[in-house]
Amino acid sequence: MPFALTAERDKQVEALLARYPNTRAALIPVLWVCQRQHGWISPEVIDWVAQRLDLSTASVKGVVTFYTMFFDKPVGEHVIWVCRTLSCDLRGGKAIQEHLEKRLGCHAGGTSADGKFSLMKAECLAACGQAPMVQIDDDYHENLTVESLDRILDSVTSASVTSASVTSASVTSASVGSTPAQEA
Amino acid sequence: MGADLEPILSSRYGVTDSHRLAVAERHGAYATARKALTTMQPAAITEEVKKASLRGRGGAGFPAGIKWGFINAKPGDDIYLVVNGDESEPGTFKDRTILNLDPHRLIEGALITCYAIGAHTAYIYIRGEFAHAIAILDAALEEARAKGYVGAHPFGKNYPIEIFTHSGAGAYICGEETALLNSLEGRRGEPRLKPPFPAIKGAFGMPTIVNNVETISAVPDIIQMGGEAWCNLSRLALRDGGVRLYGVSGHVKKPGVYEAPVGITMRELIDVYGGGMLHDDRPLKAVIPGGSSTPVLRPDRMVDAPAEDHPLHEWHGKSEIDVPMGVDTYRALGTMLGTCCATVMDSSVNMVDVARNLMRFYRHESCGQCTPCREGSGWLQNTLEEICEGRGQPEDVALLVDIANNMMGNTICAFAEGTAMPMLGLVRQFLEEFVEVAAKGLPEGYRHDDSTRAAVETNEVTS
Ligand SMILES: Cc1cc2nc3c(=O)[nH]c(=O)nc-3n(C[C@H](O)[C@H](O)[C@H](O)COP(=O)(O)O)c2cc1C
Ligand code: SF4
Ligand code: FES
Repeated sequence: MPFALTAERDKQVEALLARYPNTRAALIPVLWVCQRQHGWISPEVIDWVAQRLDLSTASVKGVVTFYTMFFDKPVGEHVIWVCRTLSCDLRGGKAIQEHLEKRLGCHAGGTSADGKFSLMKAECLAACGQAPMVQIDDDYHENLTVESLDRILDSVTSASVTSASVTSASVTSASVGSTPAQEA
Repeated sequence: MGADLEPILSSRYGVTDSHRLAVAERHGAYATARKALTTMQPAAITEEVKKASLRGRGGAGFPAGIKWGFINAKPGDDIYLVVNGDESEPGTFKDRTILNLDPHRLIEGALITCYAIGAHTAYIYIRGEFAHAIAILDAALEEARAKGYVGAHPFGKNYPIEIFTHSGAGAYICGEETALLNSLEGRRGEPRLKPPFPAIKGAFGMPTIVNNVETISAVPDIIQMGGEAWCNLSRLALRDGGVRLYGVSGHVKKPGVYEAPVGITMRELIDVYGGGMLHDDRPLKAVIPGGSSTPVLRPDRMVDAPAEDHPLHEWHGKSEIDVPMGVDTYRALGTMLGTCCATVMDSSVNMVDVARNLMRFYRHESCGQCTPCREGSGWLQNTLEEICEGRGQPEDVALLVDIANNMMGNTICAFAEGTAMPMLGLVRQFLEEFVEVAAKGLPEGYRHDDSTRAAVETNEVTS
C-alpha cells in the first residue's frame, strides 16, 4: 500500500519546510513525522518522502540507514533502549540489560514474542548522573533497579498509551537528579 | 569553599515551571536581551564576551568571543548561528539540564548571539533522543514568538531573528560541528574536511557560528554582569572565565550536575559536590575528567613539573586530582577538560574492562569515512575483546598502543584522536593491569557476556 501522511501531519511538513532555505534540510524532521505515524521507515515511506522533498530515493535511504533512531524494519509496539555505556555500566547497567533480555525473552536487537517490546542497546543517552537508565519510546527512566524497571514495564504494558505532550510532570521526570539549586 | 555558592547559570533550575516564559521572566529572563538589542552595538557585545574569556563548553574549549570575530561575511551572505545540543559524548549530561529546566536562558543567549554576529536565523540542533527537551524548547519558542521576542521585531528592534529546533536521529558523530551541519542540511552526518571552517563556510554554504548549548546560555549573564565581572567569577587567573556546569557520575554518592566556578579541583568535584565515594571502603581508582575522549587521571599519580616556568609548577608533587579544572591546566596535565563531566571509578573497577566498554562505543560510532579511524576503532575493540576473554597475548598491549598511535593525525575529524587518546591514556596510567589481563583475561566476575547469552537462550526456548 502506498504511504501518505494524514492531512494534519502534512501541515507539519509544510511548517517544517518553511524553516529552511532549501527543502532537503527538512529531510530528517520529515522522516520523524513519518516514523511517528507509521512506526518505521518502510520502502513506501522512503518513496513518499523522496517525492515530497524532490530527492532521489537512494539519497533518502542513505540518510535513513545512517541514523540509529530510524527503523528500516518494523519494530514492537514499544521500543526499549538500554544504555550500555560506561557510567551506566558502573552503576549496574548490565544487570538491567540481562533482566530485560530474560523478561522479554529476546536479545538486544530483537522483539518479544508478543510483539509488545523491541529491545535495543543504546550508547550514552546523556543521563549518566541518573544511571542506570533506559529509554522507552520518548521517555527516560532513570536510577533504575530491577524492581523499579519491572513496575515501569508493567505500567507500560497495561496502559499502552504514551503521550508526548509537554506537561509539567514530564518536565519534572526529565529533570536532573540533583541540581545546584537544591544543593545551595 | 564548598557547594554553597549562589547559582548564576542554573539560578532558575529550582524554580517551579521555570520553562514557562512568564515564570522565567519574573526571574530575570529576557531583560538582558532587551538591553543588548535596544542599547548595545553588536561589536560591543562580542567585546564583552571576549573580556569574559568564555571558553567553549562543547569540549574543545575555544574562546567564544574570538570565534565570533572570525565571521567575515560578504554583502548578501546569510549568517547563521547553530547551537550544538547533540550532547552525546559518553559521561556528559549537562546541556540536557539547561534544555529541560531553563530553555528561555538558551533562547535569550541565542537572541543576543545572533544580534552580535549578524545572524537572523539560529538552529538549535538537539539529539533525537531528547524528544522531551525538543518539545519543551519548541513550546518555549512558541511563547517567545507570541511575545514578539523572537520574530520580526524582537523587543521592538528592527532586527528580525528566527530560532528553530532541529532534531537529530541518533549518531554520536553529529556532535562534531561539520557533521552536525551536514545533518542539519538533511544529509548523512559525515564530518567535512576543514578548512573551510564553519565561520567562513558553514550551514548552507554560509558563514556560521557553532557553539555549545551551555556556551550560548552563558551569554546573558556575561552581558548583564559585564565581561570582566563574569570572568572574575572563575578561580583561575587567566583566560578561562566564569562559572560552568560540572557533571559527576559513576561511583559517587550524589551523582548529578552542579554549577561551580571554573577552577575547582577534581577532588572537590568528587568529595564536595559528588558527596564522596559511593562505598566508603572502596577508594577512588581513576576518573575520566570530561567525557570519554579525555585521558584518565589517577589520584595516586603526582604532577611532575619541577621547572619554575611549567604551567603546573604550583602543583608539582601534588596529586593530579588537585590541579584546578581549566582548559589550559588540564591540557598541561596531558588530558583535556572536555565537557567537564567526570566519570568516577572506584577500586572494584578493572580498567581493561573500561577500555573495552569505551572502544565498543567508538567502533559503533565511527562514521567510517577514514580508514585509520574505521579500521583502528575496530581493531582496538577486537583486541580488547580477546584480551578480556582470556585469549590475549602479552604483545597485545603494545599492539593497542600501536593501533592507537596510527589513528592520530590523518583523519577528517577529531573523532579518531578522541578514540586514540583515551586508549593511550588508559594504557599509560594502568600498564600493569593491561599486562596482567593480556596474560590471564579478566577476573571471572567481569566476563558477563557468555553467561548472559546462555541464560537468555534457555529462556527463549522455554517461552
Ligand atoms: C567526535 C566529536 C563529537 C563532538 N560532540 C559534541 C557534542 O555532542 N556537543 C558539543 O557541543 N560539541 C561537540 N563536539 C565539539 C564541536 O565540534 C564544536 O567544537 C563545538 O560544538 C563548538 O562549540 P563551543 O566552542 O561552544 O564548545 C564534538 C567534537 C567531536 C570531534
Ligand atoms: S575521523 Fe572517524 S568519525 Fe571522523 S570523519 Fe574520519 S571516519 Fe568519520
Ligand atoms: S552512560 Fe548511560 S546515560 Fe550516559
